[in-house]
Amino acid sequence: MTVDTRLCVACKACVLACKAENAVPDGFCRDWLVEETRGEFPDLHAQNRSERCNHCSEPPCVDACPTGASHVAGGGAVLVTHDKCTGCKACIAACPYDARYVHPQGWVDKCTFCLHRARRGEKPACVSVCPTFCLEFGDLADPDSDVSRRLRERRYKVLHPETGCGPNVYFLE
Amino acid sequence: MGYTRREFIRIAGAGAGAAAAGSGLASRWWGADGDPVPDPGTDGDKVVPSFCELCFWKCGILCHVKDGRVTKIVGNPKHPLSRGRLCPRGTGGTGLLYDPDRLKKPLVRANGRGGQSFREVEWSEALDRVADGLKGLREKYGPESLALYTHGYGGSWFKHLLRAYGSANVAAPSYAQCRGPREAGFRLTFGQGVGSPENTDMENARCITLLGSHLGENMHNTQVQDFALALSRGAGLVVVDPRFSVAAGKADHWLPIKPGTDLALLLAWIHVLLAEGLYDRDYVDKYAVGLDKLREHVADKTPEWAYTATTIPPEKIVATARFLAGARPASLVHPGRHVTWYGDDTQRTRAIAILNALLGSWGRRGGFFLPAQLPLPKYPYTHYGTEPKPPADAAKGRVYPFADETIASGVCDASIPGTADYDIKGWLVYGTNLLLALPEPEKTRKAIQALDLIVAIDVLPAEITGWADVVLPEATYLERCDELDAPPWRVPFAAVRQPVVEPMYDSKPGWWIARELAHRIGLADYFPWKDSVEYAMQRAHAAGLDCDAMRRDGVVVGAPAAVTIEDGVEPVFDTPSGKIELYSQPLADAGFDPLPNFTPPEEPPPGMFRLLFGRSPVHTFGRTTNNRFLSEVASTNELWLNRRAADELGLADGEQVVVVNQDEVRSEPLALRATQRIRSDCAYMVHGYGHDAPGLRFARGRGANDTRLVTRTKIDPLMGGTGMNVNFVRVERRQP
Ligand code: SF4
Ligand code: SF4
Ligand code: SF4
Repeated sequence: MTVDTRLCVACKACVLACKAENAVPDGFCRDWLVEETRGEFPDLHAQNRSERCNHCSEPPCVDACPTGASHVAGGGAVLVTHDKCTGCKACIAACPYDARYVHPQGWVDKCTFCLHRARRGEKPACVSVCPTFCLEFGDLADPDSDVSRRLRERRYKVLHPETGCGPNVYFLE
Repeated sequence: MGYTRREFIRIAGAGAGAAAAGSGLASRWWGADGDPVPDPGTDGDKVVPSFCELCFWKCGILCHVKDGRVTKIVGNPKHPLSRGRLCPRGTGGTGLLYDPDRLKKPLVRANGRGGQSFREVEWSEALDRVADGLKGLREKYGPESLALYTHGYGGSWFKHLLRAYGSANVAAPSYAQCRGPREAGFRLTFGQGVGSPENTDMENARCITLLGSHLGENMHNTQVQDFALALSRGAGLVVVDPRFSVAAGKADHWLPIKPGTDLALLLAWIHVLLAEGLYDRDYVDKYAVGLDKLREHVADKTPEWAYTATTIPPEKIVATARFLAGARPASLVHPGRHVTWYGDDTQRTRAIAILNALLGSWGRRGGFFLPAQLPLPKYPYTHYGTEPKPPADAAKGRVYPFADETIASGVCDASIPGTADYDIKGWLVYGTNLLLALPEPEKTRKAIQALDLIVAIDVLPAEITGWADVVLPEATYLERCDELDAPPWRVPFAAVRQPVVEPMYDSKPGWWIARELAHRIGLADYFPWKDSVEYAMQRAHAAGLDCDAMRRDGVVVGAPAAVTIEDGVEPVFDTPSGKIELYSQPLADAGFDPLPNFTPPEEPPPGMFRLLFGRSPVHTFGRTTNNRFLSEVASTNELWLNRRAADELGLADGEQVVVVNQDEVRSEPLALRATQRIRSDCAYMVHGYGHDAPGLRFARGRGANDTRLVTRTKIDPLMGGTGMNVNFVRVERRQP
């Protein structure tokens, strides 16, 4: 997934659309906004980031999970199998991005990349709603996909690269 | 456990996908997934297209309904205003529909006005009470003594009722408390206002200039989409704002202007454009009058002159003027939306219009398109009869010659007996929370106490309902069919709002309420249709539109129209000269400045800050702050203060403060946001919080109400707008 921070206006439509699509319980969210301002008046720089689970290539949460509930699904998305999850929170402690929470029904929940939609050929709810077109989702291994193209054309960064967990959400600058 | 990175690459590269297809999204990446995500099950077993009313932009929506409940609302890809996307509020319609605080039964006041004590009654009793009141007003004072305040699309039925009844006093605070000045300013210059949705062709602009308008925070879906599309195509951006807004964060040039001095900057820009010959000579020669007078007028409005007023360095003014001109004619100086600031707002928007004229942007691609509209014949109603008396919306003897809509604050003033040409004695208030929407709320309360009748038609128990004699609970936009929407736009279209679910509780749609009232006061002939669906389809049918397609898709889109000079349209200017009026003879004739002049605003007294306010993308003023779903991401407002200024006051970021205005009115406590993102001579808060209505159980007591602090206004002499950025505040630590 790519997030064009130059376009994002921090409106949080993505957060609310995710909550509605995924019936995320009250008080929780799977994606969130970070609004960063650097500098001193009047030399200021701002960056808005719609953040979520990074579906890391070397996911520490999966390594930390004692039951195998947290796993890398075929295709690379990091998922949690509800009925294997005991809610022990080992994965929550291991995640460098604070992307997970305990669902009131006892299992740990987080962004699924809306794979239930992807399988029908639809983009994730957050990507579909965003009024600034700043989110994009697709196949990083396909050089013709929109995400690959955006990464070729723009400067970008990932969050906490130092952890070495290979995050797959890219922030275009 | 699971797959390794290497395996991920292998799978991703293997082209093993089969499940996903179509829509260009077919991909190996998730197609290989043998371990699907459980479907959260929010897709409806029925999907009803309609249009949104969380704000007044009217985006097309698709409402998913499962087992009789609305599970989610998404954008309608076929609708030109949403293009499949929504702003944050659009998703949150369910938070309104399922708001536990909704008005559930008609209410009749049990004791003194404003005492908040009501008795639940049946509809027949409530409607009879209102009908008796309306008949009484008509006999005692004449029909013009009744006023309607309305904001929201269901208000159309009540506007019709009022015209049939014989009153022209129909007002919305969205005019004189919001966008009125820019409509007047553009009409004076180009012969037409920009309307809503605005005819700005931002999507194709190569340079966008915003003055105080904080797009992105001020959220109108299509507008923000167009803004983002322009930026992604490399458009330049100039933002003039004392606050480092979200838009300022994306700007090539942010000009942190001293509040209230935008007109000086605009005049200096005009000066540079003329002095350096950067304006669109051919366009101006062909379409405009008054260039010589303008040139003479701005001869001394140099960047150096503007510097003293605005604090923007002259070289920056010159550089930005060249930047704007470099992109013309696709250089759009945005007219703004909420522009009732300093009482000279029509003149300021005139300057914006003049600047656009010099850039040649009106009627041009990337400037202002010349909107197209589907012709939709009016419903063949019985003729309204004699012309009603003109509205009583100004003090006796006072005229606002360039007002093109009724002045809501003026109608309120006219309800204080003996102040206007005639007294207003009754109010129907449709979806308008006047106590938060009109400035000087003390005056509003005084006006209410002088009325014979006040009726509120609303979905939520907003402050105003607490003052009503009768409260009529309306169904939400998801439970009713309203008037068709076919606004002037880039492509002509007509959209339908249709009921998604049955009205909850004992609420009723506006059309039904208006019709029932009409039947009770002898105006049944004006409501000949059975219901609003029959009415809407009659109109669609008369226009030759495919009614089935409209109900199925929610919208019928006409053929693409030519909307710019580049497309071959010749602009028509509905001004006395038939041209763009840089110099305005009508203004001169009425005794006003024919060319805009800058007057410096009053300075904040020592130790005080100018109070500014704005919008949150998640809320539509106070209308949505009780919406629990939306409030999950925006539940209160904060007071923005420059960090250094806060330090000097010994106040820390995040602590609770109270804002006190020049008339010693104290705000509710709110958190301080000590930030680099604002000048040190002003304070800022988002409007719409600080409710005190007991029935708004969620919003009550959250954040502060800026309207209470607006105890002074400066009236725009041209069109009666209430300039509200003229209040000064000091900031105190909240006493425990
Ligand atoms: S919806 Fe888009 S613009 Fe709005 S906050 Fe999310 S990513 Fe940013
Ligand atoms: S991809 Fe789906 S689950 Fe993840 S943040 Fe976006 S909407 Fe939520
Ligand atoms: S801009 Fe947002 S709230 Fe307004 S109509 Fe569109 S989706 Fe609804």
